[in-house]
Amino acid sequence: MNWNSAAEFFAMGGYALYVWGSFGVCALAMVLEPFLIKKRHTQILQTLHRQAVAEKIEKETP
Amino acid sequence: MSNRLINWFRFASPHNFYPLAGKMIPVFWALAALFGIAGLWMGFFVAPTDAQQGEGYRIIFVHVPASWLSMFIYMVMATWSAIGLSLNARLSSMMAQALAPTGALMAFLSLWTGAFWGKPMWGTWWVWDARLTSELILFFLYLGFMALQASIDDPRRADKAGAIVALVGAVNVPIIYFSVKWWNTLHQGSSVNLAKSSMAVTMLWGMLLMALCMWMYSVAIALTRVRTIILEREAHTEWVLQLDEVKA
Repeated sequence: MNWNSAAEFFAMGGYALYVWGSFGVCALAMVLEPFLIKKRHTQILQTLHRQAVAEKIEKETP
Repeated sequence: MSNRLINWFRFASPHNFYPLAGKMIPVFWALAALFGIAGLWMGFFVAPTDAQQGEGYRIIFVHVPASWLSMFIYMVMATWSAIGLSLNARLSSMMAQALAPTGALMAFLSLWTGAFWGKPMWGTWWVWDARLTSELILFFLYLGFMALQASIDDPRRADKAGAIVALVGAVNVPIIYFSVKWWNTLHQGSSVNLAKSSMAVTMLWGMLLMALCMWMYSVAIALTRVRTIILEREAHTEWVLQLDEVKA
């Protein structure tokens, strides 16, 4: 084990800004990207659903 | 045996690939999580402190995997582009399109973590060094590919134009890889060498596990994105309107 305490772990031997600045941005990116794609996917599904509903109504209207 | 007679070309059709990708995505997410936890554990708790760089070297566990992935994704993207261009296979072009943003993100992360590593070790966020510059060009190639595709209305023409950019830009990947050998650079040489690795075994394992994590993440993300692209581009087809999640 490299660390004697949590504080020591977060201090990263004086390199806290650099180490956490790197890992933090990577983590943020890897959370944000799936979230944005999920949003885009929901959007297209909604559009397609509306299109399907519209087509159904058109078929049923005499 | 039907098992042996799977027609792989069947999955070249977006119609058949869409549900298959949907089933594969959770598997890749699970793998990414597994490798990620193992890699972070190795990187922070098992790998020893570096004799020269102290704890600052731990940036390697995201920097090297992100850099590898940025180059690897580009090669995969160029390969899909080539298949799309030569066989006129639209799913291949969609795969290339789905990979580009993730590749750009990896190139960005490589540059970002590199800057955060360069500052404490070299005293500067950025130098116009061969490796850093060629990686920056890779980032711009991804952006160029995306911008070009977005600027052409006809998707099939956009695919072709993008594919040409992807293929021409592929020259840059070996340049990045060998830049530390060909030029005198500030960037250190490759850390992984099959004959004699310059690092502790646990450090190497941490790096490999993190690379596997980012690789599986990229696959999961690309499959998710390609499903969205399929829906967007096949919106006019009957099968899309018959999907359970779309049906009126």
